[in-house]
Amino acid sequence: MIGAIWTWLTSTSSWSGDDGIPHRLLQHAGYSALVLVVAAAIAVPLGVWIGHSGHGRSLVTVANSLRAVPTLGLLFALTLVLQPHLQGNTAFLLPCVIALVLLAVPPILSGAYAGVEAVDPAARDAAKGVGMRPREVLRHVELPCALPLLMSGLRSAALQVIATATIAAYVGLGGLGRYLVDGIATNDYPRTGGGAVLVALFALVADIVGALVQARVVSPGLTGKGRRLARVDHPTVPSGATAS
Amino acid sequence: MKRTTVTIAVLAAALGLAACGSTSNPLGTGSASSSSSAAGGVVTVGSADFSESILLADIYAGALKAAGINATTHTGIGSREVYLKALTDGSVQIVPEYTGALALYYDKTFDKTDPAQVYDALKSLLPTGLTVLNRSAAEDNDSMAVTKATAEAKHLKTVEDLKTVAGSMTLGAPPEFQTRAQGIPGLARVYGVTFGTFRPLKGQQLVQALKNGQVDVANIFSTDPSYATDGFVALTDTKKLFGSQNVVPLVSTSVADKVAPVLNKVSAVLTTVKLAAMLKETDVDKKDPSAVAEEFLKANGLG
Repeated sequence: MIGAIWTWLTSTSSWSGDDGIPHRLLQHAGYSALVLVVAAAIAVPLGVWIGHSGHGRSLVTVANSLRAVPTLGLLFALTLVLQPHLQGNTAFLLPCVIALVLLAVPPILSGAYAGVEAVDPAARDAAKGVGMRPREVLRHVELPCALPLLMSGLRSAALQVIATATIAAYVGLGGLGRYLVDGIATNDYPRTGGGAVLVALFALVADIVGALVQARVVSPGLTGKGRRLARVDHPTVPSGATAS
Repeated sequence: MKRTTVTIAVLAAALGLAACGSTSNPLGTGSASSSSSAAGGVVTVGSADFSESILLADIYAGALKAAGINATTHTGIGSREVYLKALTDGSVQIVPEYTGALALYYDKTFDKTDPAQVYDALKSLLPTGLTVLNRSAAEDNDSMAVTKATAEAKHLKTVEDLKTVAGSMTLGAPPEFQTRAQGIPGLARVYGVTFGTFRPLKGQQLVQALKNGQVDVANIFSTDPSYATDGFVALTDTKKLFGSQNVVPLVSTSVADKVAPVLNKVSAVLTTVKLAAMLKETDVDKKDPSAVAEEFLKANGLG
């Protein structure tokens, strides 16, 4: 079985044409990227605002309860409802994007909210103390400090979306899911297995890239890897200004 | 009583009726009733586990009862492998079948397509103890469906008519249609029909996509209820690319003479359109298949 999958993965015919691995991988990456951009555009500002203002915490709970919605069922339902009103490829793409965005929003929202919420009150107070306005506090203190949790939310969303974007194939779209659906339909198990391996590999690579990006953008002061660790841990703040 | 059961079981084993003897046989209870049915002259009509097969079994049993033959049903037995075993071990005596698919089951290289040829070849392929009665005109086969509007706008009646217009059309079909010999390669080889784009979809999704215009032509079963509900038009497969899948009663030779006159009358009146309309009632309107079968028999003077 493993040998047959390997043969499929390495044969030249698997790598060419519209049904070839490069094209399917590109489609898969395209759907995933579109979904993540839309989900981040919704969830990051919302999560940051909730964490910053302390208002609307119940939204995070509501969003988290969305995780219980089965994505495949939702996709079929959305297709049935939306398709009569849409034309061409959009009729298949839009339901799929909505279903996947709903999957991606909860982890990103939780990450953004929790990241901002968990910022050390001492740092926030210090920023106010040096005369920063709320907007500046958000941009220069809260957001950089929230990055590790925000990034992990994004990475977990990316992992889920890449793994789940295979369902696009159920509604007649492309992507790596085609290998799974077509492989099962034609009893071509090497193809099914090969497709599954590719999805897993793609998700792993995306997560590794995410980890590298995170390592670059997160301030060394937060990760404990910086040289100025000692100073960050014991900031010189006038007595009485610390919350703890 | 217990001793009698044991004796019957031993006798049955001795007679080789339990030759397939797997303990996991889901038809265990069916076998027990068969020993009594043989004595009481009850004919059991079995069926596969999909609604059309169940409906056909109800039609056969209803017609037999109306003709004064003591008949009962054992529906939803399972796949072909399972119900054929039930037929050979005597738990059931009749099952509804399809000519092409059954022939292919006994001969993996079967490639005849003409309805009469398929039927004749099937007769010679059947193992001893089994026979088929007359075939009906009703077929549950692959079909190419278009909406009424498309059929009128592009003057489509047969699959051949697609030749000039297919290039600008989208075909919707289950994923396997893309590679199967009777699928896209077959359409190109036999009819010279090549579609502009292919959209892999199946089941209700495919029906919806055809209805909503995301695909122009769809490969669905000829008895799909959507033919009745959505007014789709089936393009005639003039060159028999999809072969022949006529509905035919597969019966045990022990009861063949007794049931043939009745079931041949049923086959004579059964058509694809009637079958699709009945399936719409059982699958879409959720009516009881035996009630639908009874209506059909009454309407055709067999009830």
